[in-house]
Amino acid sequence: MGFLSRKATCNAHGQDSSYFLGWQEYEKNPYNEVNNPNGIIQMGLAENQLCLDLLEPWLMKNPDALGLKRDGISIFKELALFQDYNGFPAFKRALVDFMGEIRGNKVSFDPNHIVLTAGATSANETLMFCLADQGDAFLLPTPYYPGFDRDLRWRTGVEIVPIHCTSSNGFKVTLPAIEQAYRQAQKRKLRVKGVLITNPSNPLGTTMARDELDLLIKFIEDKQIHLISDEIYAGTVFTSPSFVSVMEVLKDRNLDQTQVWERVHIVYSLSKDLGLPGFRVGAIYSNDPVVVSAAIKMSSFGLVSSQTQYLLSAMLLDKKFTKEFMSENHKRLQKQQKDLVSGLEKAGIRCLDSNAGLFCWVDMRHLLKSNTFEAEMELWQKIVYHVKINISPGSSCHCIEPGWFRVCFANMSESTLKLAIQRLKSFVSSIAMKSQSHQELKSLRRKARNNWVFRLSLQSFYDREQDTRAKVSFSYRPHFMSLSNIAATLDAAA
Amino acid sequence: MLSSKASSNCHGQDSLYFLGWQVYEKNPFHEVENPTGIIQMGLAENQVSFDLVESWLRQNPDVMGLKNKDGESVFRDLALFQDYHGMPAFKNELVEYMAKIRGNKVKFDPNNLVLAAGATSANETLIFCLADPGDAILLPTPSYAGFDRDLKWRTGVEIVPIHCSSSNGFRISMFALEEAYERAQKLNLKVKGVLITNPSNPLGTTMTKDELQSLITFAIDKDIHLISDEVFSGTVFDSPCFISIMEAAMDSNLKRNTDVLSRIHIVYSLSKDLGLPGFRVGMIYSNNQTVVSAATKMSSFGLVSSQTQYLLSYMLANKKFTSHYMKRNQKRLKKRKEMLVSGLKKSGIKCLKSNAGLFCWVDMRHLLCSNTFEAETDLWKKILCEVGLNISPGSSFHCSQPGWFRVCFANMNQSTLQVALRRIKDFVERSSFDYQQNMASLSRKLISNWVRKLSSADREEQER
Repeated sequence: MGFLSRKATCNAHGQDSSYFLGWQEYEKNPYNEVNNPNGIIQMGLAENQLCLDLLEPWLMKNPDALGLKRDGISIFKELALFQDYNGFPAFKRALVDFMGEIRGNKVSFDPNHIVLTAGATSANETLMFCLADQGDAFLLPTPYYPGFDRDLRWRTGVEIVPIHCTSSNGFKVTLPAIEQAYRQAQKRKLRVKGVLITNPSNPLGTTMARDELDLLIKFIEDKQIHLISDEIYAGTVFTSPSFVSVMEVLKDRNLDQTQVWERVHIVYSLSKDLGLPGFRVGAIYSNDPVVVSAAIKMSSFGLVSSQTQYLLSAMLLDKKFTKEFMSENHKRLQKQQKDLVSGLEKAGIRCLDSNAGLFCWVDMRHLLKSNTFEAEMELWQKIVYHVKINISPGSSCHCIEPGWFRVCFANMSESTLKLAIQRLKSFVSSIAMKSQSHQELKSLRRKARNNWVFRLSLQSFYDREQDTRAKVSFSYRPHFMSLSNIAATLDAAA
Repeated sequence: MLSSKASSNCHGQDSLYFLGWQVYEKNPFHEVENPTGIIQMGLAENQVSFDLVESWLRQNPDVMGLKNKDGESVFRDLALFQDYHGMPAFKNELVEYMAKIRGNKVKFDPNNLVLAAGATSANETLIFCLADPGDAILLPTPSYAGFDRDLKWRTGVEIVPIHCSSSNGFRISMFALEEAYERAQKLNLKVKGVLITNPSNPLGTTMTKDELQSLITFAIDKDIHLISDEVFSGTVFDSPCFISIMEAAMDSNLKRNTDVLSRIHIVYSLSKDLGLPGFRVGMIYSNNQTVVSAATKMSSFGLVSSQTQYLLSYMLANKKFTSHYMKRNQKRLKKRKEMLVSGLKKSGIKCLKSNAGLFCWVDMRHLLCSNTFEAETDLWKKILCEVGLNISPGSSFHCSQPGWFRVCFANMNQSTLQVALRRIKDFVERSSFDYQQNMASLSRKLISNWVRKLSSADREEQER
């Protein structure tokens, strides 16, 4: 018998993926503007570092929030003892209000239906434990966040069956694709318990249209399964179309108070919108009281520190601040995204049209040697080791088309982004040059061969007229010889 | 529709342990606002030394303000810090603190420490690493009621109890250990390890070196793991002093077996010693690199807030403070425990002799109307609803003998404890008075019945 568990000794944690390997390489040689300007620039980390400078002045103006005081009186003891898995009431109220605001107040959330967890990582795993048993399956549109392989599957034993999306329609989810995935699951004798979408999408950076959400709702109604909408990037929607939450669609279709209402669950977190991944604040929102009850008990395994709940309840309760923050956040995200997109365009690289997220879905298919994942890996390795940029290859996101990469832009300064773009531009030019000289050599070789044939025939012609043209043929031989040498070299290089 | 986990009650929260809390929540005692409310004596929290921590915080406002020694804000770094390896400075301080609690007789390597969101998370994660669904862990009873959830619920692992009894102070005997192992085998369960809580919850006792070494030998024999949940290690207030499983394993005889350290794992937390359960700081310590590696990845599901790691790394770095705190804390716990024990004694109630923990293991067998768990539950209900004390019945700790209760003393001030003791005294006196009344009334009934029978027998004889 194994000394340790199968979970501890297998690699279902998914961390052998290139997504994480790229990070490891980055860690060995991280770029720093001053100390290590030739290091690897991290563009594989979806973090929002653009607005932390807005949070610091708020903290200075509100010292009680960090100082764990209420009206100047220390409440340290109360917080130090607070381990109620129902969560800090003021924090839950502030959080649901904030979530409502992000959705343009078109939906409102009930604090009694929210469950706090240590990050969205914990929220997603907990929802799996609540909705599915070992051996059940969830359908997930590809490309998807590489961490899902660990979060949804590792300890739960639940399977992921991909809903393949392609560039032919901008990677949108279609009914045939969903049905195909469902059939695939059935073939594998897996009981499908639900569909999990990330909206806005990671890695695409796009928001789902109403018709896509309608489609999904109809599908889960038909099959009587769940829909989890991971909306952790909801606050990063920086341009139109505006964000439409699945809850909004349900409400608009008057599906609240129906069975399907209780089968739709949202995952949220403050890691992306507010840029606070270190504080571990995630949440599950469900209309099903049984799910809420089970999830609350499970949240014992990953409660949010009361110190942090207090700080963030104070921050989110300052509605004026959060409004200004979100507005500025969107502006800066939009600018940074535009800089990346236009920079890449100048290098002849296109991005999927996006309106949200902290990254772009970049089309590098034309830079592949062949339309294969091996070629994608080769390109990725070149970019990580030679260009010194860590980006995430589409294969790590389970994309079915080789050549797409997720490139993050919100975790660095403008100048670092510029440098990264510069490096990519140089890289692309060098490929172009190599490819051009390759093409030129190819064409030269063709010409040389043609010349040789021509020379041969010319030679025989001259041979035929040896007596009168000997001088001419002789004078061509060295040239002929050198061309054939070139031809031989080109053959060897090909 | 939902998973079997969500729809079952394997979360174990239908136990009286948790039900008592719910009743308490509806009518909580407050010295001023609700003096007749229920006093919470079912919560193992350490509230006796907050003033020491608060005083430190007042002297170090920058740390709460997330500023470094130079007064510069480190907010940004902390906001982004989500490395599951944990903050190095924090782990360094933790291992030194852990060593200090163990009298510096063992040294810990911060690279073998994995942070988790509380011991609840640490225990579950460790089980995920060591056992597969359907495997079993042996657990001495009585044991912490939360283990049913923490060790079994989502892991699918079974718990097989090692029955301990009052006949030897609830110590783990080799006989009980072997018997539990055989029982597991009969049930076709693969035993992957033994989990002990040392100091014990709910007993409040520490294990001797011999006991620990017997357990280690057993684990080596059976090729299984040994998990030592040492969350109460900083609450040892009396002799014998605390001996960690690591110290026992360092013994030369066992050291010869080179893989002994690969099967021993410690769980620790700052919730009990420092009284900070709200901050969710737990950890796993293991010399087994595969376990450390897997547990580190799993800790993604329950990382400690960087804001909290920062605060506590500074607090623990202040060695003067930690020494002062440990000494004062232990003194106060001892005093509080002695108050409870002597108070109960005056009511004719005895406690298991203890030297640690935040509670006493109280013997109320003589107050049961029968030696059954039904009688124990009846007594528990009376104490909860009529006396107004939430104490935890032994059955909720899977104790095999009815009549024992865990009574916490460290989560209230002295005057509240006095109120609780008075209530118990009154209850015992009433019960004893009622008992005497009942007995007297019963004897009177019996005597008059007997007299009636006698006289009717006489009449019959006369009529014949």
